[in-house]
Amino acid sequence: MSRIKIQKHKMHQSFGDNLLAVVCYILYALCAIVCIYPFYYIFINTISANDLSARGVILFWPRGVHIQNYISALRTEGLFQAAKISVMRTVLGTVGTVGASAFLGFMFTQENMWHRKLWYRLVVATMYFNAGIIPWYLTMRNLGLTNNFWGYVFPAIVSPFYIILTKTFVESIPKELQEAAQIDGAGIMKIFLRIMLPVIKPIMATIAIFSAVNQWNAFQDTLLLVTDTKLYPLQFILYQYLNQASSLSSLAKNTSSTASLAAAVATTQTATSVRMTVTIIVVLPIMLIYPIFQKYFVKGIMVGAVKG
Amino acid sequence: MKEVHFQILNGCPLLRELSILSKLSLSGQGGVSMKIFQNKKKWNSIKLFLFVLPFIALVLVFSYYPLYGWVYAFFDYKPPKPFSINDFVGLKWFKSLVENPIKINQLVQVLKNTFAMSGITLATSWLPMIFAVFMNELRFIPFRKFVQTVTTLPNFISWVLVYSVAYSLFNSTGMANTLLQSLGITTEPILFLQSSTNVWLTMWLWLTWKNLGWSAIMYIAAISGIDDEMYQAARVDGASRMQMIWYITIPSLLPTYFVLLMLSIANFLSNGMEQYYVFQNAFNKETIQVLDLYVYNTAMGSGSYSVSVAISMLKSVVSLILLFFANSMSKLIRGESFL
Repeated sequence: MSRIKIQKHKMHQSFGDNLLAVVCYILYALCAIVCIYPFYYIFINTISANDLSARGVILFWPRGVHIQNYISALRTEGLFQAAKISVMRTVLGTVGTVGASAFLGFMFTQENMWHRKLWYRLVVATMYFNAGIIPWYLTMRNLGLTNNFWGYVFPAIVSPFYIILTKTFVESIPKELQEAAQIDGAGIMKIFLRIMLPVIKPIMATIAIFSAVNQWNAFQDTLLLVTDTKLYPLQFILYQYLNQASSLSSLAKNTSSTASLAAAVATTQTATSVRMTVTIIVVLPIMLIYPIFQKYFVKGIMVGAVKG
Repeated sequence: MKEVHFQILNGCPLLRELSILSKLSLSGQGGVSMKIFQNKKKWNSIKLFLFVLPFIALVLVFSYYPLYGWVYAFFDYKPPKPFSINDFVGLKWFKSLVENPIKINQLVQVLKNTFAMSGITLATSWLPMIFAVFMNELRFIPFRKFVQTVTTLPNFISWVLVYSVAYSLFNSTGMANTLLQSLGITTEPILFLQSSTNVWLTMWLWLTWKNLGWSAIMYIAAISGIDDEMYQAARVDGASRMQMIWYITIPSLLPTYFVLLMLSIANFLSNGMEQYYVFQNAFNKETIQVLDLYVYNTAMGSGSYSVSVAISMLKSVVSLILLFFANSMSKLIRGESFL
């Protein structure tokens, strides 16, 4: 009797559990679609016939496939220059940030450094306050870092969060490693370069990914600091394309007389296709590296979680 | 008297060297080498500091020196020309924020926007936790991995790209309008991005689209740390999945949730400006302008640097108070601070 009751109970439960599972699968499939479809939509539009994509009829699969959009994007003068700037700031900025974070994270574990705690706190405190964008902008202007490529790189070099990450990591390494080298008479730089660097590679990879993504995505510093079009990175060029397009469409909405002009611009190939092509070009590096380095991202945030 | 003399000697490195030398003849060999050794140690510790000095200088220049810029709030500063002591205006700019009804209304609207957007985010701050909890119910691991990868991806694209995505989907010839028209729901294209209604809600939706998957990672990590024996015990007692979630998973996640909640309280006034800057246009400017964007627009748009600095100064002070409040709340409830 009781056995049957238990069985019934179990069956009832497993029905509820199954229902839960089904609902979960459907909901998360929807979430995945919501996250991935927009990129797919933009991509199929860039390889479809431009007159069709301008009319917005390409929804689920490409039609009239061609790669002309990408070829002409590569030939566009301003775009190529912007890509160069984006790549340069990503490479130099990442090297600077990773190098400095590794070095400082290691140095701040050296207990006999003169007033170590004070300097460490001085650096970490900058996570919790900032003077605001205008004083920052005025400082950068005084330093001659407006309209200057190095304005993208220098302010990012010392990043307290990455330093905390490295310091935590270094502290987890047995002290004997460094002590042995010290007894052998190695100087601090030698210990850092020969002994520490190989050991802290995993955390450096994490920081490299974070900082490369940040540099690639950076937009606000260009907005504040740069008016020289030669120094615009891809993100800013894309923003300009978007802005021009939206002013065109709002123009069309406001006055009927200019509507024909805006419509003419829309039908002559570009507006939509250029905008979407640039979007794909800007998003592609992230899309490509992200799945490979996902584990580093996750590791990074976990170390941060332990500390913060 | 003798002690004073010694102190003076010790204060000056060169004299101290001399005093060591003079002691050399007086004391035994062992003590002296000890003293030299200590000096070397001192030099070593300063050498270590000299290595990090260039980086400390960078921090001072880029993070501390800008604080000096707060004095602009008390001067009549017109950008190209350097300001002098004659331009000192005291609290004029702070008073000017509330001097007439138009300005008060503007500031109130900005504060409303800020409070609304942060408020919605705060009120839905449990969403990443729920997202992680139910993602854990996906038993088919490859699918779970796929969902996790795909939903975290939007976090790694910039706001400009998010806007580009929004623009592609929701402009007059975008996916949304094409679908609505082909289904016969509307005949005229709807200009979603140019509308001034529901701006707070749409901004929250984009923010959630970008951040939800990423914010959930913290909770996913926490879930993997829950002792499996608890679930086994619950299973033996015949608990259903929902019961396990309600009585085991969620209570184990609450401490993490609490820390993140406190952090978002500390950041209540700082929504950042990038999202709102890229989404702003002539139609939604009224309801999209949060404090950070207002600070930018006041300075760069209308050139009132001093007023802008005054506002951001007030904001910083309030933010600092919020941070300490959140920190002491954390101390009070969890017994540990996060600063």
